[in-house]
Amino acid sequence: MTSVKSLLTKPWIWSFLGALLVWLATIAFTGGYGAGGMVTAALSLAVFTVIVGVGQMFVITLGPGNVDLSLPANIGLASAVAMKVMDGNDSMIVVGLLAALACGAAVGAANYLLIWALRIPPIIATLSASFIIQSIDISYGRGLQIKPPPGFADFANWQILGIPVLAILTVLFTIGAAIALQRMIYGRSVLAIGQNIRAAWLAGVNVGRIRFLTYTLSGALGGIDGALLAGYFRGANVDIGNEYLLASIAVVVIGGTSVAGGKANVPGVWGAALFLVLLLTMLNTFGVSAGVRLLLTGLIIVGVITAAGGQKALR
Amino acid sequence: MPEGNADIIRLNGAEKHFGAVRALGGVDFHVGPGECVGLVGHNGAGKSTLMHMVAGTSTPDSGQIGVHGKVEDKYSVSRAQQLGIRCVFQELSLCPNLSVAENTRINHASLRGLGWRRKAAELIAAKLDEIFPGHSISASDIVGDLSIGRRQMVEVARAFTVIQDRLDLVILDEPTSSLDAHTAGQLLAFVRRFVAGGKSCILISHVLGEVLRNADRIVVMRDGKVVVTDAADAFDRDRLVTAMGGAEARQKIAAEVAAAKPGASPLRVRARPTAQKDGTDLVACAGEIIGLAGLAGHGQTDLLLAIFAAASRARTGIEVTAPVALVAGDRQSDGIFPQWSIAQNIGIRSLARLRNGLLISPQREAELAQFWQKKIGIRTPDMNNNIFSLSGGNQQKALFARALGSDAQIVLMDDPMRGVDIGTKLEVYDLVREEAGRGRTFLWYTTETEELDNCDHIYVFKNGRIVANLRRDELTEEKIIQSSFGDAA
Amino acid sequence: MTAASLDTTAKTSAERGALARARLLRGLLPALSLALVLLAIAWLNPRAISYFGFSLMLNLAIPIALATIAQMFVIAGNELDLSIGTFVGFVGCVTATWLKDAPLIGVVILLGSIGVYALLGALIHLRNLPSIVVTLGMSFVWQGLAILVLPKPGGKAPDWLLGLMAFKPPFIPFPIIAALLIGLIVHFGLMRTSYGVILRGSGGNPAALGRAGWSLLKTKIVLFALAGLFGVLSGMALIGITTSADANIGNGYTLLAIAGVILGGGEFVGGRVSPIGAVIGALTLALAASPLLTFMHIPPDWQVAANGAILIIVLAARVLISRKER
Repeated sequence: MTSVKSLLTKPWIWSFLGALLVWLATIAFTGGYGAGGMVTAALSLAVFTVIVGVGQMFVITLGPGNVDLSLPANIGLASAVAMKVMDGNDSMIVVGLLAALACGAAVGAANYLLIWALRIPPIIATLSASFIIQSIDISYGRGLQIKPPPGFADFANWQILGIPVLAILTVLFTIGAAIALQRMIYGRSVLAIGQNIRAAWLAGVNVGRIRFLTYTLSGALGGIDGALLAGYFRGANVDIGNEYLLASIAVVVIGGTSVAGGKANVPGVWGAALFLVLLLTMLNTFGVSAGVRLLLTGLIIVGVITAAGGQKALR
Repeated sequence: MPEGNADIIRLNGAEKHFGAVRALGGVDFHVGPGECVGLVGHNGAGKSTLMHMVAGTSTPDSGQIGVHGKVEDKYSVSRAQQLGIRCVFQELSLCPNLSVAENTRINHASLRGLGWRRKAAELIAAKLDEIFPGHSISASDIVGDLSIGRRQMVEVARAFTVIQDRLDLVILDEPTSSLDAHTAGQLLAFVRRFVAGGKSCILISHVLGEVLRNADRIVVMRDGKVVVTDAADAFDRDRLVTAMGGAEARQKIAAEVAAAKPGASPLRVRARPTAQKDGTDLVACAGEIIGLAGLAGHGQTDLLLAIFAAASRARTGIEVTAPVALVAGDRQSDGIFPQWSIAQNIGIRSLARLRNGLLISPQREAELAQFWQKKIGIRTPDMNNNIFSLSGGNQQKALFARALGSDAQIVLMDDPMRGVDIGTKLEVYDLVREEAGRGRTFLWYTTETEELDNCDHIYVFKNGRIVANLRRDELTEEKIIQSSFGDAA
Repeated sequence: MTAASLDTTAKTSAERGALARARLLRGLLPALSLALVLLAIAWLNPRAISYFGFSLMLNLAIPIALATIAQMFVIAGNELDLSIGTFVGFVGCVTATWLKDAPLIGVVILLGSIGVYALLGALIHLRNLPSIVVTLGMSFVWQGLAILVLPKPGGKAPDWLLGLMAFKPPFIPFPIIAALLIGLIVHFGLMRTSYGVILRGSGGNPAALGRAGWSLLKTKIVLFALAGLFGVLSGMALIGITTSADANIGNGYTLLAIAGVILGGGEFVGGRVSPIGAVIGALTLALAASPLLTFMHIPPDWQVAANGAILIIVLAARVLISRKER
């Protein structure tokens, strides 16, 4: 009983409960039909939100005003870069992935460079960067019809006993991220900066370096996400990352990470991503129109933040 | 009672507590019509708290407030304004993005309709001309573009503008702190004219000469109480200084500190404030406790922060030869991480040493926390509790543990004992002396003069410069007050 | 004494001169960047600088300017609206359907949506919520509603609106006149009226405003309601130009509007905004993204980048100027 109680105090439990509830509602509606397939599909799709969500989470944890608006453009560009480098050739898969990673990391580093050199809020820096990246992507990837190498597409869609391999790998990655957050100097420093940037500096945290690393990390995760998306959907396109701007912020907030900074929650990102994907599945199953689906998603985000409310920092 | 003769404001037995700290302990205070009351006392003596009550921005825990001879039960800022009481706060309350005239509009709801801009501009310009002739401030200037001194002039002038509301009493809290001698003179001359016209003023200033020359009556506060009230003529400088500092003899702590210090220990810090012109350096060697004294905000914290920054990136004029840690005085804004446990708050400065491979070892973190819990006496059942489960004094101890548990050989203390109970203070003093005995260097900025007894050497600051350099045996309270209140800037 | 005070006045007047110059430069920056973009266009294609060329290039300038003004009101109160784009799309869908078919209901819906904006302002203030997240959620809501109103692209703008937007005044193209008018009206309302001062003060020093007895709840509600009002105007103007609607029609406006405010000299915090600057910023962005550029040797791929590059260059210039001010 006490363990249940302590479980209920974890902020991430609610997103999982929500996901479970939505799933149960759906299979109740279908009479149990497709229950397993639904989980498989949800896991495969949630992976992409989780990967960028974790990057966005570290950024948001840095404190008020920190957010990465360049993720969609970044994902789009990296997916094109990966596909071009791989060039449909199985032997180039690793090189292509590394290229996407490097491309994303470069975008992240450029974001921080703008924040630092122009002394502008991260929102504006990542926004202006995203305009430019978007153009580079359009220009670079124009008429791009290159399919991913068959090996890579198979890998991205590979399932073992109905569990997507990508999801397993992403779980391992998020465990790593959770350890980095709580047990490594980097994570501790991010949390400290998010709670009080001045106190962090006075406690000896290298604020500039940590912020640089965080934006670079978020960019790199966007890059790898782009490559995987192109593999999963069997082709890159400019708009492939569009939905991940709102989705990445939404999973961070619903997952129990504080928008005021300094309090992050890695499992919650998974819960929230599953919740959002399953919510879509449920509404689709109910035959609800796209409009109602969006409407409900929005109301849920506003509802969650209002319930969590009252935590905006003064700055 | 005819209103003309009634006191403008009268407080009886006003008390105020902030947590465990008593800010005001039963103060009686009044201002009559046509009177300029000078209010003096050290930082933390309770002047600001008292003035917030007069202005209605804060209510007393117990006690009574009467205005114009009538008791006010629901006294508030807006009520105070209706009753003709205004305050120029020390922290500026202008909107930096608005013009001078627009800022005037904010305090006068009646300034609206056609031509309000012209009216506001004329109003504030006329008042500025009246108080500060030749001020060269235009009503259309954006406040954010003005120098800090000019902003203060605008703030003062705005408080004296009148449209429909009555104006009987203006509180001036350190009104001359950012003004040069010429404009300060203009302001004080205006205050005398204002008072001669039958209105009243409360003047708070650290420049004792200003108070002695301009007040009709002087109220001296110490430790949340009014200790002396008398006509200004009855005071001279020395009597004022004695009244502020406490006449009774204090027992000197730790006379043994001065003894047996190694003569020539290695240099740890050599620093010069940026405003220093005469080449005086602050010098600290291994094992020394160096005091930074003077009034609050006269450059002590700035110098500590400069030394802190110089430890990681070289700066001209500052030499630091060992790792540095800082103990914050303003816990909430400079020290505490509110989401974390006590142990995490202590460990943050020593993360590199707490690692086991790549990961921070929870066991080592707990050991560090427990070691210091014992050593410094942090009173809590569990160091994994949130930092806010501690009382203020114990939070401060955790910050000390953070610094002393680190590898830092130089510890900067930014007035860390503000609002800490005496028991905690004594424990920390012992610890500081013990650590100094082991070769650590302490730079200790404090606004509490007794604490300087723990120091080997004291630098007194004024206007961002070192104005006196005292050895411990030369230290007397009068000497510090004389140097920090010296009128010759 | 006299000599000393003479000396200080002399020094301060020089100081003020430098300060005034820097301020002037900062104020002129939006206009300068617009002039620069115009020069570039004239250089690439002199024929574009004509009545017809401007009408074409500034085709969408009016809705962009209105959306930018909406965003500016929110930013003036130290908040940010990430939903203005989808809100413009929603208004567009309502305009192309209800407002044409059942004008009364259409008007009620649009007024109600302004009311929703006002409520959001109240919610954000009372619950102390981060506006970014709340408006992010609202962006889904507006988009969902837009799809419900108009599931497939289509509808038709009311005739009176079409007539208004197709207005062709002599000599000066309509978009320029309209933008000028919008800028001047909002400038008067926000920068000249007595309550406009309070609205801007609520972004500059909320604590001081509260101390002087003003309601910060009311200022936030008014600012958000004004944002809603101008969002509605933007959506209607957009449909007046495009004649039919699409639920996604306004999506790009969120980022454009933020960029426009910043280009126009606005800052994220501190209530420093400029309506005329915002309109100029919007015109600059509209030009940089105009369809006409396709006919001048700029590949369409790089039009978005032009927006980003202008933003970065202007911000860099601002950093240089403010460094000079110190």
